[in-house]
Amino acid sequence: MTTESAFGGVPEASTVAGTPKFTVRSLDFYYGDFHALTGINIDVKDNAVTAFIGPSGCGKSTFLRCLNRMNDLIPGARVEGTITLDGADVYGAGVDPVDLRRRVGMIFQQPNPFPMSIYDNVAFGPRLHGIKKKSELDTIVEQALVRANLWKEVRDIMERGGLTLSGGQQQRLCIARVLAVQPDVLLMDEPCSAIDPTSVQKVEDLMAELKSSVTIIIVTHNMQQAARVSDETAFFLQEKQGTPAELIEFGRTAELFTSPRDRRTEDYITGRFG
Amino acid sequence: MSKWANRVAVTLLWICGLLTVGALAAVIVYVFIRGVGQLNLDFILSAPRGVNAEGGIGPTIVATIYVTGLAMLIVTPIAVLAAVYLAEYAVQGKLVTVIRFAADTLSSVPSIVMGLFGFAFFVEAMDLGFSVLSGALALSFLMLPIVMRTTEEAIRAVPRYIRWGSYGLGASKWQTVSKIVLPSAMPRILTGLILAMGRAVGETAVVIFTMGQAINLPISPLDSGRSMTVHLYTLAMEGINMDAAYGTALLLMIMVLLFNLSARWLARRKGRFEE
Repeated sequence: MTTESAFGGVPEASTVAGTPKFTVRSLDFYYGDFHALTGINIDVKDNAVTAFIGPSGCGKSTFLRCLNRMNDLIPGARVEGTITLDGADVYGAGVDPVDLRRRVGMIFQQPNPFPMSIYDNVAFGPRLHGIKKKSELDTIVEQALVRANLWKEVRDIMERGGLTLSGGQQQRLCIARVLAVQPDVLLMDEPCSAIDPTSVQKVEDLMAELKSSVTIIIVTHNMQQAARVSDETAFFLQEKQGTPAELIEFGRTAELFTSPRDRRTEDYITGRFG
Repeated sequence: MSKWANRVAVTLLWICGLLTVGALAAVIVYVFIRGVGQLNLDFILSAPRGVNAEGGIGPTIVATIYVTGLAMLIVTPIAVLAAVYLAEYAVQGKLVTVIRFAADTLSSVPSIVMGLFGFAFFVEAMDLGFSVLSGALALSFLMLPIVMRTTEEAIRAVPRYIRWGSYGLGASKWQTVSKIVLPSAMPRILTGLILAMGRAVGETAVVIFTMGQAINLPISPLDSGRSMTVHLYTLAMEGINMDAAYGTALLLMIMVLLFNLSARWLARRKGRFEE
């Protein structure tokens, strides 16, 4: 592990609950000539679940991928404005996105186990970062699977392929795989839209358990889910085709869903569009 | 009326389908009937004897496997790395289009032309003589575009979200390519390799100009040798031993068939951990 980089080290112990994990100021995002997001300002709280909601195409997933610089992989992607993680500029000179992504893990809509065994899937991250000792790996793999509520189901079939599991188990395997590199933020991009209802329940329970140790940001098109799992909610909207999407309203989940300040938020959560 | 048209169309389609299968069956059955009497352990293992090439075809089998294997060793790393570069690293643009076009053109160069080039370049200019090495180098020109293009397709077919999973764990590009993308693409890469090997085993024009026709058992890569196809060509052209020619033909067909079957099997198996 590289400790010299701003994002390689251990998370600062000084971050008290309630201080922002991510601070985003006047963020604009472009795909080539396409202006996708404009004027985003948001403070994402530490050790809490923050939900991003909005109609499809409103830029919530795009914004999520700005936070761990996953958009860097798309040719022509460009960011203006600032994002800081624990006070350090995410897009600053000398920041290696590879180090950043170790600290800001990501779960995708489609469960994406690698074509290798369950054990190797979870051990992939730690091995990448230089851990070779079998006993050490065993411990990390077990702990990650326990935290992802999958250990009991797979403890006896660790050498089976990750792709032989059910969709819901695969998604929890992917969560375990990310937890094994000990991120302090977990970005979840519609993690429940491709799995069955029982598994959705398990993943939601898991989020509640994990948030004491990990900051979670979830993108969801399911408002009930946002209301169930999150402490704070951000509503994104692209008002007209061809204009960039904006952050319309951000606040405590209970307040946003019961007494939204913005008319457009109210229209969305009462189902008038989207 | 439309019922009639339908019936005619179906019959026509059926006949054409039957013709395709029939053509393959005719070749196989004919060669099988003419060649099966020859096939025995002695024919496979021993060397040809006398002016009429009686005895077996052992050295030609060894030469065929030798030259194909050597060509494989030369071609695999180059073709796979070139494909990785094209699919993952190269800026998609004019240069990449040119490389792809060159590969496609290379694969459609008539093999006799490739043989002539191999003779001029490897045998004469590089002074490697008629040898297994010259043959393997010339064959690798033939196989390179096949392997490179199938590998490139295989790499492109690896889903985006699998790569994202790897990047999301803090893997670098090379770690993602070498540990995730290539293993995921491996069954399809192997399929391409096997098809290219089948092509090389069946090649005549290239090897006759580069490996020569000496009927000895090649040991060193600089030895000359006679491949099964060249042996078959010689026997048939001179009409000295048609039985041995058909025996060789049958064995060749069996080998190529095995290559194709294993390629199909690999392609179906997809990944070791997918079920």
